[in-house]
Amino acid sequence: MNHALYAIPGMTPALREPVPAPAPAPPAGARTVGQMLERCQVEPVLDELDRDLVGLAMLKQRVRDIAALLVIDALRLEFGLPSRSPSLHMCFTGNPGTGKTTVALRMVQILHRLGRSRKGHLVCVTRDDLVGQYIGHTAPKTREVLKKAMGGVLFIDEAYYLYRPENERDYGQEAIEILLQVMENQREDVVVILAGYRPRMDVFFQSNPGMHSRIAHHLEFPDYGHDELLRIGDAMLREMDYAFDDQARVAFADYLALRLARPNFANARSVRNALDRARLRQATRLFSERDRPLTREDLTTLVAADIRGSRLFTTAQAA
Amino acid sequence: MMTTPVGRVTQGQFSFLPDLDDAEIVLQIEYGLARGYAWSIEYTDDPHPRNTYWEMYGLPMFDLRDAAGVLMELNACRATFPGHYVRLMAFDSTRGVESIAMSLIVNRPADEPGFGLLRQEAEGRTLRYTVRGYAAERPEGQRY
Repeated sequence: MNHALYAIPGMTPALREPVPAPAPAPPAGARTVGQMLERCQVEPVLDELDRDLVGLAMLKQRVRDIAALLVIDALRLEFGLPSRSPSLHMCFTGNPGTGKTTVALRMVQILHRLGRSRKGHLVCVTRDDLVGQYIGHTAPKTREVLKKAMGGVLFIDEAYYLYRPENERDYGQEAIEILLQVMENQREDVVVILAGYRPRMDVFFQSNPGMHSRIAHHLEFPDYGHDELLRIGDAMLREMDYAFDDQARVAFADYLALRLARPNFANARSVRNALDRARLRQATRLFSERDRPLTREDLTTLVAADIRGSRLFTTAQAA
Repeated sequence: MMTTPVGRVTQGQFSFLPDLDDAEIVLQIEYGLARGYAWSIEYTDDPHPRNTYWEMYGLPMFDLRDAAGVLMELNACRATFPGHYVRLMAFDSTRGVESIAMSLIVNRPADEPGFGLLRQEAEGRTLRYTVRGYAAERPEGQRY
């Protein structure tokens, strides 16, 4: 660095030495887990997760474990104990509609409240956003996505598409390498969550062992049972300000039993679609009665006919 | 001419101060991001005051939320061009503003020879002045 060429009278010499960092704060404030939880406001999110998501007991326990680790780490920091920031990269495996994206959204909130994610935003990408179309296109694209995800969570949906074993010149491998590098070197800055269907993710990890070992938390999303799906349906309706009447609920239970036996069942997503179609039929039913004054109840209630109108019932009878 | 008390190129913000360290740069980036600016990185080995357009290092970074992303790119640029001038610029896209709102030099060569003033004698007693960087005499890539 160059030195000053002349001095101005009264000039203070420029400060060249970096200011020494202040000593770590003495252990004041939070001493107990309760105080720390209160301070970071993470408990409402955890409770919400418990309340809003049906089933998934194992998964909720795992999320609580992760939250507990982060709280204890924060307490350790209060005492000036060294706490290596743990690797929080996760992998969500499960069939379609089992709540992977929903849990990812909650995870972001939890990590943000616990100070493990500075900005607390979720960047959802798929293969298209990471992998380029020609040589030299992939690296800038992947880096751009990573830059956007810094300070938050990068959620890679259907991550197994990144690796295409059938094409050895596929650019996906390049994206994986950049991801791995950033996941390792900047784990304080970004949390990567991979999501995908179980069998395909297994193949993906077999061909990318480095990826498997860099992901600390492998979370499994089981399929929902019949009763859980029914409760999910109720919750979805409540959210939309609709309700089943008693017979409709029975009809919907029958519907689910039939639908579960069919292929391409996508758990909660199928439930949502079924409810949307039931709303269509309800609207048509009300629409046909031109002159009847409608009450609030009429508008919010789904009756058995709305459910029984599904094509599933007619094909089931024919079979 | 072109000589400042600190004896080095002074362009943009904070250039009379000692170099900002990374933590201070992060604070500046965070400030810009909080105002909704898009950061970009540029480099040059010809810091003539009239050289407004430096080379872009990558594209401007829109939609970033955290300074870590900019810092990652900045460190990549420093590794590529350790002996060049590197500056960070924040673009304000507000309608009616649409220009650079912040600009700071974040990397400079170890040795900065500065600028010389050239005088050209013209008709009568007229003098024409021009500024030429001493380093700019050498070809591109060998200047610093």
